[in-house]
Parts: sequence; structure tokens; C-alpha cells
Amino acid sequence: MNIVVLVKQVPDTYSERKLSDADSTLDRDSADAVLDEINEKAVEQALQIKEAGEGEVTVVCVGPDRATDAIRKALSMGADKAVHVCDDALHGSDVLATAKVIAAAIGKGDAPDLVLAGNEATDGGGGAIPAILSELLGLPQLTHAREVSIEGQTVKATRETDEGLTYLEANLPAIVSVAEKINEPRYPSFKGIMAAKKKPVDTFTVADLGVDAGEVGLGNAWSAVTEAAPKPPRAAGQKAEDEGDGGTKIAEYLVTQKLI
Amino acid sequence: MIDFELGEEHEALRKTVEEFAQAEVAPVIGDFYERDEFPYEIVGKMGRMGLFGLPVSEEYGGMGGDYFALCLALEELARVDSSVAVTVEAGVSLGIMPLYRYGTEEQKRRWLPELTAGTKLGAFGLTEPDGGSDAGATRTTAVLDNGEWVLNGSKAFITNSGTDITALVTATAVTGKKPDGGKEISTILVPSGTPGLTVEKKYSKVGWNASDTHPLSFDDCRVPAENLLGERGRGYAQFLSILDEGRIAIAALSTGLAQGCVDESLRYVRERSTFGKTIGGYQAIQFKLADMELRTHNARLAYYAAAGKMLRGKPFKKEAAIAKLTASNAAMDNARDATQIFGGYGFMNEFPVGRFYRDAKILEIGEGTSEVQRMLIARELGLH
Repeated sequence: MNIVVLVKQVPDTYSERKLSDADSTLDRDSADAVLDEINEKAVEQALQIKEAGEGEVTVVCVGPDRATDAIRKALSMGADKAVHVCDDALHGSDVLATAKVIAAAIGKGDAPDLVLAGNEATDGGGGAIPAILSELLGLPQLTHAREVSIEGQTVKATRETDEGLTYLEANLPAIVSVAEKINEPRYPSFKGIMAAKKKPVDTFTVADLGVDAGEVGLGNAWSAVTEAAPKPPRAAGQKAEDEGDGGTKIAEYLVTQKLI
Repeated sequence: MIDFELGEEHEALRKTVEEFAQAEVAPVIGDFYERDEFPYEIVGKMGRMGLFGLPVSEEYGGMGGDYFALCLALEELARVDSSVAVTVEAGVSLGIMPLYRYGTEEQKRRWLPELTAGTKLGAFGLTEPDGGSDAGATRTTAVLDNGEWVLNGSKAFITNSGTDITALVTATAVTGKKPDGGKEISTILVPSGTPGLTVEKKYSKVGWNASDTHPLSFDDCRVPAENLLGERGRGYAQFLSILDEGRIAIAALSTGLAQGCVDESLRYVRERSTFGKTIGGYQAIQFKLADMELRTHNARLAYYAAAGKMLRGKPFKKEAAIAKLTASNAAMDNARDATQIFGGYGFMNEFPVGRFYRDAKILEIGEGTSEVQRMLIARELGLH
């Protein structure tokens, strides 16, 4: 089975994240860059499917030079090879342009049986790539999966929402996006780390993929950030003296916040 | 050729173990420590990451890395907790390395795959109730009888010897007399569960409470003659060499503890206020932290240097002793300073520094006391 996993390098959620002053895109220098945790889970799922049967796992990444670190992490977990689309023209691309580039990058390799992605990135949080990609590639999409299984030519997924569980299935090839609860991703072993160095990474520019540079980048995005302000510091809490009526005061406060 | 920057692969390993220790060990280990409980699940996870197989070649289930990779992993583990670090340290440097270095092909094929996977643990029975560093004091005996070694005697402070997944103990024993009249010492593999091997009740320890340590006794314990590890009469030379390597590993572990003290203290001095400002603003505290950082830095350089010599195949006995002495001093001194910085909270078990304080002392004792390290260094200077 030929499995493609979409991976993205994002600023570490534990570090200070901000937008650049110049063009309100992500300030990549201000934070440590890591492989997005949801993508680690997508890679883990791909590896589990591969290990249960057979196949090859290819990670596809759109990002600047240093995204090679995120790619390397996925390879050291056990993915077999990678495709990296790296081009300054992509700076500031919106989800539509990014999805087009990903679709073209997937098209460079053998047709996938399964495309796995995280349901949304921790930085942009658009959560739209799997759906747009499904449209572009003409593949069914099973999104927000908590469980995924392959049975013959069928992929089954369980989606969890506040209302309950939804059981989905589609014929392969298909796109599946995974949610937080899908699995616990493995830590790379030293053997995996050493092997990762020798695994093939194909790097493409936008032109290599046959995508028109006029369709990507900040200037061609369908939406624009007009202004950004840092989150205001958290206000001091309210203090209430407990004069034997502490419980009541807390309850009253929670009612004002519509929490009870 | 002086470069103490880590290569790409070693750095990726270090980072991976750092993330693992922070995410998987830090949140839960305090409870295990309080309950004197061996953390099987964490050991299983470390096994799946390949930490027990780091310096072992792939044909025996290892990671194909080197001893320095093991040291880096130990440093990162000990930055968070020494019990899990010493479980790996003893599992690899004492449990696996004697087999890997001296075992027959058959012995290696039988034992190493499970030991490197961390699904089983090996222990090294060297120290006895009446003698640690003085190997001449070995009293445990092994006599060949009808194609079997018959062991009698006892061993003390044996790490990983009594877990549910302990597979074997590698025991040194007197197997006869050398031509010069001295004791002939050999190493013998004793599988767990062999009749006559008793794993005594685990010790109540000052520190390393989530690690497994027992006295062992051998009472007419019989194992096949082929359980001899390496050559007969080479036991003394074998464990001297194993301990030289092990000192670098303990130095790495000590460096981790010293670094853990810096990490915890730095966080605390930025939060804790007294007399109107955070305590990190006071020079008394700043100087303490500067000293702690200095010791950690020196400890790390010392073990990097010793590991470097070892990997280049050069003699490293002196460097290993220096590294162990430097790093264990750093650990003890930093643990004392960190506890002081934390004040009353430093004395409470709920904060990691209290655990660091209790875990530091053994580093000046285990795998050669500080006095033995000085003895070794003096000997390397030609003083006898």
C-alpha cells in the first residue's frame, strides 16, 4: 500500500509565537520549529498500517529550508521517503494555494492508496487542507478520525464529535485526517535516526511541479491579515473572602459566566 | 581536532530522549519513587525506543550506535530522574556489555535480543557484602562438578536483579587458584529462577527508590559448564574493563542530575519572591547558580573527553576516573545548592530537587567510590 502523509513544520506551542511586523505572516525566527504533533500522529498511523501489512510511507511537506528537520523527524520515526516543496515564492500562501501545491507534489509520485493528514495544524489552524485536497484529487475524505482501519479496499474511520461517534467508510484511494485521540506517536529510535539520513528526499520548486507562481504566495492569497495584536496579558482574577459563604459566591460567579 | 559540538545524529537522539524524559517520566516518576515501585511501563517504553540497545550492533537487536550515544541518553534521563537512568545504565553497561564483549556467539544470540529490547533485564553480580572495589576479597565460589558450575556465596547491592523481567545475573566467583597463589576469578551466567539462586528482599534505600536493588545468595546453585562467560580466570580483567566504561556512563548520569538541579533552580528563582523581588535578582543566588552551571559544564566536558578517547580506541582509564569524580562531585554539590535555593520546599519530596538530593550521594559511591577514583588517577600518574 502506498501511503502519503502530509507533514508540516510549526512553531513549538510551548514557545512564544508571533506574526512578523513586516507582512503579518508567521515569524519563524521567533520560535523553535517542530514537526506538528498532529502530524506525528498521522505518521504513526501510517506506520501502523504499513506494519500490519506492507507498503511504503512517503511524507510530503511544503515549507522553507529548515522544514527538513521536521521531515527528518518523520523519516526517523520510520517513514520511507519524503517530498519537500521548498520555494521562496510560497511564502505567505493561503490554504488554497498550499493544497494545490500539495496535490501537484503528490502527483509527482506513484498514485497513493491512502493520504493521511492531521485534522488541523497547531499554527494556522485552518483545518481545510484535507477537504480542499479531496476536491482537487477527486478522492473521498474521512476527516477527524479517532480510529482508522483498512479492510481490503475499504478504509474505515471513527469520527468523534460532541454529539457522539460517527462511523465512516470509503473505498481506497481516500484521504483521512486524524484527530488528537488517534494514537500515541512513537519516539524515534537511534537506529531510525541514523537510517533517516540515508532516506531519499526529493525537493521541488513550484516551477518543478508545474504550478503557476501567480497562484501562490502572499500576494495571491484569497484572504489577508489586515492587522494583528498580541494577546493582552491575562487580567488579575477576582478575590472573594470566604465568610462561610464561599461556596455560594463561587456558584454565583460561575452563573454570571454562564458556566453553570 | 577539538570539537565538543554533537553530531547531527547524536543531537537528534539527545533531543528525542529529552522529550521522552519530560513527557513520559517527569509527570509520573515522583509517585513511583514515593511508593518504592519499579516503573515497568516506563522501562517498556525506553526499551521500545531502543535505549537498552544503543551501543550494541544490529545483529543482536541493538541500535548500532556507540557508547557515547548511551551516555547522552543517560544524561537526559537523569536530568529528570536518576532511578530510570540507572535502570538503563546498569541494564546496558553491567547487564549487556559483559555479554556483548565476552560472550560466545551462542550466549549472545540467546540473551542479547531480549536485553537490548528492554523486555528483559540483566544484572551484574560483582560486589559482595564484605568487598566492593577490592576484588581480592571475592568470597563467592564456583566449582566444576559433573559438567556444572556449583556456586556458593552472596552478592550485595545488585541493580535490576529482582524485577519481574530480570533474565539473568552475571556473577563473578572464585574458580580456583592462580599459579602465583592469588584467586582465580571467573564470570558465570546464572539465569533467573535457577534453583539455589535466591533474590533476597529488596533494600530500603536513601535514593534511587524507583530502581530495583537486592542482595543475592547462591546456595549450591548449579548451572551448565558452558555458562562461563569468556575465558576461565579472566573475570577480574573483564570487570575492570567493564567498570572503566561504566564510569563514563555514571559520569554522564551524574552530569544529568547536575543539569537537572540547574534546570529546576533556574525556573524556581524566577518565580519565587522574597523581600520584594524574585530571588534570582539576589547575588547570593546568582553566584550559586553560576557555580552550579560551571560544575555541570565541567562534568559534561570531562565525560565527553573520556568517551571520545574510548571511542577512538585509546586508553581512557584515567579520563574515565576523572570524569566520574568530577561529575559525581558536581551532582552532589549541585543537589545541595539546589535544595538550599528551594528552601523549605527543597526538603519536600513533592519537588524534584529533594529527590535529586537523595539520589546524588550514591554517585560518589557506586561503580568505584570517589576514593577509588583518586587511587586510579594516582596510579595512572605512576604512583604505586
